[in-house]
Amino acid sequence: MGHKIMQRRQLADEVVQLTVEAPLIAAERRPGQFVIVQLNDDFGERIPLTIADADAKSGTITLIFQTVGKTTHLLGDLREGDTIANLLGPLGQPTHVEKYGHVVAVGGGIGGAPLYPIAKAMREAGNRLTVILGARNRDLLILDQEMRAVADEFILCTDDGSAGRKALVTEPLRELCEATHAPDLVVAIGPPIMMKFCAETTRPFNIRTVVSLNTIMIDGTGMCGGCRVSVGGETRFVCVDGPEFDGHKVDFDNMIQRLGAYREHEDVAHEKCHLELQANERNASDT
Amino acid sequence: MRNAIWNYKLMNETHPTPETLDREARAQLEALETIGLDNLKNRDRLKIPPQNMPAQEPGVRRLNTREVTLGYSDAQARVEALRCLQCRNAPCVAGCPVRIDIPRFIKACAAGDHDAAIAVIKENSLLPSVCGRVCPQEVQCQEHCTVGKSLKDIGLAVSIGRIERYVADHERETGKAQPPPVKPDTGKRVAVIGSGPAGITVAADVRREGHAVTMFEALHKPGGVMMYGIPEFRLPKDIVRFEIDNLRRMGVEVRPNFVVGRTRALHKLLEEDGYDAVFIGSGAGLPKFMNIPGENLVGVFSANEYLTRCNLMRAYDADRADTPVARGRHVAVLGGGNVAMDAARTAVRLGAESVALVYRRTRTEMPARVEEVEHAEEEGVEFHLLVNAQKIIGDEHGQVRAMECLKYELGEPDDSGRRRPVAIPGSEFTMAVDTVIVAIGNDSNPLLRQTTDGLDSNRWGNIVTDENGKTSLDRVFAGGDIVLGAATVILAMGEGRRAAQSINNMLKPI
Ligand SMILES: Cc1cc2nc3c(=O)[nH]c(=O)nc-3n(C[C@H](O)[C@H](O)[C@H](O)COP(=O)(O)OP(=O)(O)OC[C@H]3O[C@@H](n4cnc5c(N)ncnc54)[C@H](O)[C@@H]3O)c2cc1C
Ligand code: SF4
Ligand code: FES
Repeated sequence: MGHKIMQRRQLADEVVQLTVEAPLIAAERRPGQFVIVQLNDDFGERIPLTIADADAKSGTITLIFQTVGKTTHLLGDLREGDTIANLLGPLGQPTHVEKYGHVVAVGGGIGGAPLYPIAKAMREAGNRLTVILGARNRDLLILDQEMRAVADEFILCTDDGSAGRKALVTEPLRELCEATHAPDLVVAIGPPIMMKFCAETTRPFNIRTVVSLNTIMIDGTGMCGGCRVSVGGETRFVCVDGPEFDGHKVDFDNMIQRLGAYREHEDVAHEKCHLELQANERNASDT
Repeated sequence: MRNAIWNYKLMNETHPTPETLDREARAQLEALETIGLDNLKNRDRLKIPPQNMPAQEPGVRRLNTREVTLGYSDAQARVEALRCLQCRNAPCVAGCPVRIDIPRFIKACAAGDHDAAIAVIKENSLLPSVCGRVCPQEVQCQEHCTVGKSLKDIGLAVSIGRIERYVADHERETGKAQPPPVKPDTGKRVAVIGSGPAGITVAADVRREGHAVTMFEALHKPGGVMMYGIPEFRLPKDIVRFEIDNLRRMGVEVRPNFVVGRTRALHKLLEEDGYDAVFIGSGAGLPKFMNIPGENLVGVFSANEYLTRCNLMRAYDADRADTPVARGRHVAVLGGGNVAMDAARTAVRLGAESVALVYRRTRTEMPARVEEVEHAEEEGVEFHLLVNAQKIIGDEHGQVRAMECLKYELGEPDDSGRRRPVAIPGSEFTMAVDTVIVAIGNDSNPLLRQTTDGLDSNRWGNIVTDENGKTSLDRVFAGGDIVLGAATVILAMGEGRRAAQSINNMLKPI
């Protein structure tokens, strides 16, 4: 058994795209949903990955991930023709897609992967679509061509200015919020700290902001509660109640702490001080 | 932080070895044989010493994950069986949720005919190796046993469960446990959702009649709570695997990694995929939390998460497993049921320095099996009774540091007849802990309810069925924890039996 890898592409430095045979999931999945991947029955870890794209006809789904932990590294080492032992899905509530008017989709880093199918669906539903795509540098950019192709307006930023604007994604987002025709909906997907600051950016403007959370998961079916987050003071399970929530209500600080519970890598912390420093600088210059 | 406060006295108390117990039992059997087993009067039988269950020594087993109890020897099983008075009214049978003919199987065991004994059990139960280990016998069959009544101690009742376990293990270990015969194919197909005891029972009973069966399981390993929840030291996973393999040998197709309602909608199974009936045995897997401040801090787990990490993901095997588990130094477990005991004893095995079990009522009200409570205590779990957690306190990193508790006393009995715990004002105190495991039970998994139109459920989220196990939807049946709320293996099995009967009746050619 297992799911065969039909295609493997290296999208960026540490970012891999796999096209995997999974006909049932391909047929049922809708934007916003994810799968749980496990490479080994007995000792393998179960990790959630968003379905970046699917082709019901060929029965395949596309997964895009950054090789950050043991499982994603092993997954990234797989070749075409190899198999993935366990794939469960599609899980989570699909994105609520309708005609809102002007939708701004903000993607940071690997967050561009889950964002892409949502952006595409929003555009197909007749929304005017602005995409803001950000990365630390040009080598880490993914899906920029694809995003450019679906967006009415496309804004690219990198932290170091090696491609597009030298800015954090929150900068163009704030400009859009300040414009005469403010967005009707913002969808922000990326590192937790980025989503937190996107939500903070839109909050004063009262613009609905949807975020998609990628917490630690085990079963993905609501059985363990390991994925729980606090939303508006209530405990919710990301795998069954989410992954999308109202960004203005999510307790990001708690979520970030919980995400770090088992993390050997300090990249969250790294990302965090980086963004907070810049945010502080900006706040300082605002006042 | 507190010091390690293990109760070394209990832990170092030595128990008779399996060899000693067996030697004694052989001698007892020989003595009884000289009287003549058929000549034994009730008076004689009441004098036969109750057989102790051999177990790993507490100080040893707390360092390993192997099964704690080692099982009776042949002689022990027979001597214990000879204690049965063969009551004509068989009060024990009324206490067994699936009405096993207990006196008949015990009689066969006493005579040394273990094949006949297991055959009697299997008329009513499909999972005797499991039930013999995990049934709460002291509130089922053994509660009503005349021997216990005569000796004025339920603890001295005939150990029905241990005899059941012995004959079931004997059958399996001697390679005699064959899957039941399957009738010729009927061309009908049945989908079973969930692979816990309810699902396993339906799969076997329906397949026996010659219907094709597919069993869908969301997780990567079938077995339900028996696999992911109940730890190896209480229910070896080889036994669960054996039961699943038996289903496969009967021709049941097992499909792991398939969550009905997401991978495929339930109604599509009936309308598009050609299934003639569906059984829902999706269990109660939705962990309850206390709704107290601090419950989302780092270091707070549901028992389901803690146990799943250890059992299903093998986190205790840190060298090989990719899934980590918090190796708490000072662990508090909230609750008093089997789930709480399992979590506490797992924490012991993961090397905690102290494990505190915090329960709102007293030991008598604990819903856990008596044996598990005793074993937990022997392994050094400290019981904090009439205490409840109020608040979990974290440090600046969001990591648990302490728990604020309140003391309770027992007041008037509530609806369930148990005396209601009442908080004592001003009795707050804090306990220094770094890990808190919430083990206060499970609600029904809402996934199928949410994704299936027209499936009626009650206000607790349990699926509503009629007396035949049928739901509000045509051709859809349900049973086990998803109907009963978190209950027991044997009840789930009994419900499965009943639903399978209804499905078989419905599919019978007219
Ligand atoms: C830690 C713990 C200890 C326990 N100890 C005891 C004990 O000592 N004695 C005792 O008698 N009972 C005990 N119980 C209770 C007992 O395990 C349950 O009552 C029993 O397992 C219920 O059986 P079930 O078949 O209804 O469901 P479960 O065993 O819960 O199995 C349901 C299965 O269905 C799967 N599933 C759910 N939704 C879907 C879906 N949509 N699609 C596909 N699959 C799905 C789940 O993944 C699960 O594997 C314990 C429970 C726990 C959690
Ligand atoms: S199945 Fe459980 S209740 Fe029935 S006889 Fe066996 S141990 Fe007793
Ligand atoms: S991952 Fe277990 S409940 Fe969400």
